[in-house]
Amino acid sequence: MKRKSKIPARPAGGQNPKSKLTEEEVRHVAKLARLELSEKEVKRHQEELSGILDYVEILNKINTKEVGPTSQVTELKDVFRQDKVKLSLTTKEALSGTRAVYKNSFKIKAIFE
Amino acid sequence: MELNRLTIKEAVDGLKRRDFSSRELANACLERIKKIDGKVKAFLTLIKDAALLEGEKADNLIAKDSSIFSKKPLLGIPFAVKDNYCTMGLKTTAASLVLENYIPPYDATVVKKLKGAGAIIIGKTNLDAWGHGSSTETSQFFTTRNPWDLKRLPGGSSGGSAAAIASNMTIGSVGSETAGSLRQPAAWCGVTGLKPTYGRVSRYGLIAMASSLDSPGPITKTVEDAAIVLQVIAGKDEMDATTSPRAVPDYFLSLKNRSENLRIAIPEEYFLPTMEKEVINAVKKAISVLEQYGARAEEISLLDPKYAVAVYTIIQRSEVSSNLARYDGVRYGNNRHSFGKEAKKRIMLGTYTLSSGYYDQYYLKAQKVRTLIRQDLERVFRSYDVIVAPTSPSTALKLGESEKDPMFGEAQDILVEASTMAGLTGINVPCGFSKNGLPIGMQIIGPQFGEPVVLAVSHFYQQITDWHKRKPNL
Repeated sequence: MKRKSKIPARPAGGQNPKSKLTEEEVRHVAKLARLELSEKEVKRHQEELSGILDYVEILNKINTKEVGPTSQVTELKDVFRQDKVKLSLTTKEALSGTRAVYKNSFKIKAIFE
Repeated sequence: MELNRLTIKEAVDGLKRRDFSSRELANACLERIKKIDGKVKAFLTLIKDAALLEGEKADNLIAKDSSIFSKKPLLGIPFAVKDNYCTMGLKTTAASLVLENYIPPYDATVVKKLKGAGAIIIGKTNLDAWGHGSSTETSQFFTTRNPWDLKRLPGGSSGGSAAAIASNMTIGSVGSETAGSLRQPAAWCGVTGLKPTYGRVSRYGLIAMASSLDSPGPITKTVEDAAIVLQVIAGKDEMDATTSPRAVPDYFLSLKNRSENLRIAIPEEYFLPTMEKEVINAVKKAISVLEQYGARAEEISLLDPKYAVAVYTIIQRSEVSSNLARYDGVRYGNNRHSFGKEAKKRIMLGTYTLSSGYYDQYYLKAQKVRTLIRQDLERVFRSYDVIVAPTSPSTALKLGESEKDPMFGEAQDILVEASTMAGLTGINVPCGFSKNGLPIGMQIIGPQFGEPVVLAVSHFYQQITDWHKRKPNL
């Protein structure tokens, strides 16, 4: 899989179990997650995330070469309903969660100048 | 008779016989809440006058037609609802500052079904914010206390519902489980908590945590009550494409179907020396009680639960990061600055494990090991009817304990994660008390859609023991 990230590739799991995330990596993840972190928070997340990632390295001990992934346990596929128009939320109800409304639309921050 | 101490079954029977009115029943619960919830702090939102009005309406219906209970099996019964279920017109916060003033314009399917059955919602209960935790300490409002010892935690994330049931502030309640959030607080609070099979109950309107795991379910005073509630809330829902089309059996009837030669599997990995000795002893004693009545128990071996912890941590936090992406402060709620520490931690880990370059190494790998965990449990159920084990490695911990470990939630849930990831059903029932007077819980796990056997065994256990009848001194 081609990596588009600007962060240097980390060693594959299991080869370097004590490697920590860099502050740069933490800030990159925060940006992806749309979370604004303070400097203190960046350091804290760096510690905690590294600790958890160390823990989950144990999964590399398990051979999963011939194993398919489970994304859900119901084994349901292609659940459809009739293509009939039904009552849903009214516009008023849909807009009721916020005061930032303009003429039956949600108001958001400008994207363009 | 203090009406708030009744079970759902007792309350329905009493209403049928006109021993008391529904308004009196609701009032008894509200009076009890007024008396002790200042100390227990189980409720985030209370409904007083409207609940009493609903009680009167129920009384009028009962007066007109006493057979109405066949159509509305929960008519006039006060219910506490975990605050991650959307309730139309009633504040729903998920115990987070992001949704501190959110008023949903619709009811969750579970809520709709409870109301349709005549239940009276008296309040929304506290939880770990977004369901993230096993203590109720990550609630951004306050921590609920364990009614058995107010300096201890009720467990989580459905701690508010469990505490409300344990201290008789309500007759029935619903919570939800992603890994342990129904069973574990039920264990720590000495009540019955049933996690149905994934897909048995609709998640529509349940504020999503991990979409491949979340399971709505009842927390009640008895197994009988849990069966009554499950009957009402189970079933396929058009609004939730992951609900099963399988017919809903008569759970109340299945309570009587006790198998004479029940085959119990006891996983040796769920009875570790690191766990509290009293917990292990109480559960072993409970199993021998079942053996006295004909059950056959055998030790088996499961995949080391530490793998389940790792798999669950990755899958849950990945799905959490995706589900919490919708909270952008545009259509509802405050912006992402309002997230608490725990939510941010989980979003960060989950974003990383799903990110380009790491997805295969973490999320995909975890999904593959999840398959192995499923297969491991399927293997067990080919030769056994149920798995019995402790629900939690310990009894209720003290306030503040959850902040000591960044993986506290996942570590506490080590005994329930495998079954939740395989989508199985499991119930917690009280099976003893520690020297400190803290409840000890035993879990009975069944295969997918194995609710009938799980309910039958646990109901039978409650016929021959009375741990579930003990209440805290509040």
